[in-house]
Amino acid sequence: MTEKMEKKLGTILRKYKREEGNVISILQDLQKKFGHVPREAVYWFSDRLNIPASSFFGVATFYSQFHLKPRGRHIITACLGTACHVRGAVPVEHRIREHLALGKGEDTTKDMHYTVENVACMGACSLAPVVRIDKKIHSNVLPEEVEQILEEDRGTKKR
Amino acid sequence: MASTNTVRKPSVKNLTIKVCVGTGGLAAGGQEVMNAFSRKLRALGIKADIAKKCVKKTGCRGCCSKDVLVDVRMNGNSATYQHISRNKVERIIQEHIIDGNIVKEWLVGPEYHAFHDRKIKILLKQCGEIDPEDIGDYTSSGGYKGLKKALSGNPSSVVNVIKKSGLRGRGGAGFPTGLKWEICSNEESGQKYIICNADEGDPGAFMDRSVIEGNPHSVIEGMIIGGYAIGAGRGYIYIRAEYPVAISRLRIALKQARKKGFLGKNIYKSGFDFDIRIKEGAGAFVCGEETALMASIEGQRGMPRSKPPFPAQKGLWGKPTIINNVETLSTIPHIISNGAKWFSSIGTKNNSGTKIFSITGKINNTGLIEVPMGISLREVVYDIGGGCPQNRELKAVQTGGPSGGCIPASLIDMPLDYDSLSSVGSMMGSGGMVVMDDTTCMVDMAKFFLEFTQNESCGKCLPCRVGNKRLYERLKKITEGRGKKGDIEFLLSLADDIKITSLCGLGQTAPNPVLSTIKYFRNEYEAHIFEGRCPAGVCEALRQYIVKAEVCKMCGKCFKECPAEAIAWEKKQPAVIDKGKCIKCGRCFEVCPFSAIK
Repeated sequence: MTEKMEKKLGTILRKYKREEGNVISILQDLQKKFGHVPREAVYWFSDRLNIPASSFFGVATFYSQFHLKPRGRHIITACLGTACHVRGAVPVEHRIREHLALGKGEDTTKDMHYTVENVACMGACSLAPVVRIDKKIHSNVLPEEVEQILEEDRGTKKR
Repeated sequence: MASTNTVRKPSVKNLTIKVCVGTGGLAAGGQEVMNAFSRKLRALGIKADIAKKCVKKTGCRGCCSKDVLVDVRMNGNSATYQHISRNKVERIIQEHIIDGNIVKEWLVGPEYHAFHDRKIKILLKQCGEIDPEDIGDYTSSGGYKGLKKALSGNPSSVVNVIKKSGLRGRGGAGFPTGLKWEICSNEESGQKYIICNADEGDPGAFMDRSVIEGNPHSVIEGMIIGGYAIGAGRGYIYIRAEYPVAISRLRIALKQARKKGFLGKNIYKSGFDFDIRIKEGAGAFVCGEETALMASIEGQRGMPRSKPPFPAQKGLWGKPTIINNVETLSTIPHIISNGAKWFSSIGTKNNSGTKIFSITGKINNTGLIEVPMGISLREVVYDIGGGCPQNRELKAVQTGGPSGGCIPASLIDMPLDYDSLSSVGSMMGSGGMVVMDDTTCMVDMAKFFLEFTQNESCGKCLPCRVGNKRLYERLKKITEGRGKKGDIEFLLSLADDIKITSLCGLGQTAPNPVLSTIKYFRNEYEAHIFEGRCPAGVCEALRQYIVKAEVCKMCGKCFKECPAEAIAWEKKQPAVIDKGKCIKCGRCFEVCPFSAIK
């Protein structure tokens, strides 16, 4: 483990040492800092807090927010909630994956630029179907608009 | 701009501009609109003439399909504009604010008024009116008065008022809130907790998000009153991480409340200490179930446990705990301020007060409405919602999220309250309402919900973990044209078993979408199984693409796009689809410029 990483972990540790029920909060901070939950970080915390690593992994795999694998720099979230489903979210999601050339079971593009995720509702049902790229919400998305939205987004986020 | 110098300084008094910047408003560019207003008004020197805060941030008004909504209030008159973008700002300033002529063609239409001008509004009244990031706005409109009143009496009198009001939990099952509080207040314990359940996981429901975004202090005030009534020293707000705007507004609100002394030690000199913490959910639907939610706050996997003991007796970290939904809590201050009698006079017997519904799906006016309990479904769908788009026929209304059921169009005159909804096999749930027309396939709908619940099952008990998966697999088979005789009977009997034997609310209600769609739309299941067709044309495997030769303009676009090379086409000949090769991807249907493929 690099010194830099250890320093980052140290700040998280100090923040939560005295708080009850800190496993989820630690994982959330790791997720925020690294974009995923690095395995070695889990062992590091497990040693220092005397909590078995299995508890961390148990929690991390239970909640959909945590990822044990690295993700792309930008996250595309396609909503597949009821309202979005009824208004045609499935073809939109297909088109996104198709445009990014993602194979079956793949979520992240080869250049690590985008990761595509699904969510069961982000509470923006009046705008259905909804696609979120990082923090920007695109509303009433049609399958044929997907290409343009993604290209525009890529244009603004060149590395 | 040279022209601005020649314009005489306009004398504008009492100008307030309110821009909607909830999740919907932000998506439509609300922030940009707001910036444009402040920049341009400053350039014109109008700001100097009026009080500070000329451009106000407001939270969600629940009418997101018309965003960005902008209120312009001037000299006592007010106008609301819809679909405002950055480049429309200049004209509004010039014509409305400077010249005094309202820009008529951009005003909101009758749909907005159908949503907004309902007579009784309790919770949504302040949403969209006050600045959610300014505690002063809330206190000057009567906020924290309920708290003061509650703290001047003793805790048991607060419980009594809530009991008398007849308020039932807005989170789903409708348990009487006062009774819950009474059970908890009778427990002897050094530490108690009150939790606000803002883990609004039901797809299709977003009222909790809107209430928090529009009026976070009402939830906080309700929690403090609740804490006082049961004797809790600490509260938690468990909110899902998918709502970043709501979370940041809550953080601001808590900070301000602490500064003003509404949170902390010795609130209103009553000797009562209370503080609130935010816990972000980590994306698990089951955490909306109260025992799973507590496990999640404790930092464990969010798995429910069996009840009793109920949380009111043994909850978070083994201490007595009350868990209330956002809507329930933000109703509390109003009941305390206005009295139990006032609240129980709204709605119907046993179902007092108002309820917020979110209406979405195949309906003209989508958004949030607050209506008295017992209103008829027809009023909601037609009078407020404006019916289905393109005058299509209403097929069903799905209420209660994945735990609820589908109400067929034939029951459109039923009243909306807890008891009537459960008597038709659905439930109130959080108040999500998804409208479906004749282009929605009911088997696909049931499959959709089961896919969701089997995915979200925590895996603790067998009926839910395995049973719902089996239900889903069978439904999938049916939608793929591989249904067999006896499938419907299999679904019915398995669904019953799951309902009876599951551990928590998620499993007990998960089969509801299957049961209610079979009950009311059995013919659709039969069409899938026995006739190999999907009446709504949704299930891809049962769909057949045909070129309408008389409409085809022979452009050859479908031929070029078809990934399976299943389309035969030659110049000056209409295209023909080879059914054997067609993979039913729907690409030809999408690309055809003349809608010649069906």
